[in-house]
Amino acid sequence: MQHTLTPRRWLVLIAVMLGASIGDALLGIGMKQVGPVSLHHLSALFFALRSPWIISGILVLLGFMACYMTALSWADITFVLPATAFGNVIVALLSRFWLHEHVSRSRWLGVALIVLGVGFVANGPSRTEHAPVEVEALP
Amino acid sequence: MNPTLHTWATIAAVVVTATAGDILIAGGMRKLGDLDDIRAKSGLVGAIKAVLSSGMFLLGITCMALSFFSLLFALSGADLSLIAPATASLTFITTAAAAKFFLKENVDSRRWIAALFVCAGVALLAK
Repeated sequence: MQHTLTPRRWLVLIAVMLGASIGDALLGIGMKQVGPVSLHHLSALFFALRSPWIISGILVLLGFMACYMTALSWADITFVLPATAFGNVIVALLSRFWLHEHVSRSRWLGVALIVLGVGFVANGPSRTEHAPVEVEALP
Repeated sequence: MNPTLHTWATIAAVVVTATAGDILIAGGMRKLGDLDDIRAKSGLVGAIKAVLSSGMFLLGITCMALSFFSLLFALSGADLSLIAPATASLTFITTAAAAKFFLKENVDSRRWIAALFVCAGVALLAK
């Protein structure tokens, strides 16, 4: 069983953590500038593609998807998925210390729970290795 | 807005399709092998070709697209403050269970506790 990840793989996991939240945030800023799009005027979405915020958001999300799939090629999904949730924690920290927003007590509790959960998983093996003798072969 | 049976049905649709998508993509990647090795051998284009020629991956992406449209549909009928945390945290639990049954991943107590913690944390964050 593989217990340790190479520094390169940690970098990929960090990109997975950051990519989804940064990409979503960029899309959020861009769409706020475009304004509400009604179901009858979906063509307005094409104008959104001209916004540099939207374009950079899409590029970041493409990078995220590539890193996510790379991570899945060498780690279990139950290992990678908590990492994506860690992005929420980074967003909470950014909004508190960079944007100086008020973060309520229940949100800090949420942050603490996610950090604990991710810590549990990160301490364990990243991948299930299937030995030649499978569970089904046991009596 | 009071969550009705209709709302919960759309939430269930989002969760089921998102879980199926995640499991299929993870299974496809597992079959493919280490993407870093593939890229080292046949370059970035080769790696992209290998991913796109995987049937499981394409099926997974289809499920993800279905999940996205179910999410839009769910949002048209209920508040974001209910839909987002409900779908995100339920998907953690169902994915952990599905990974155990379909991908035979070793979901030990450590990973179950993590899934529950992350699920509760996401629900609190979205409050």
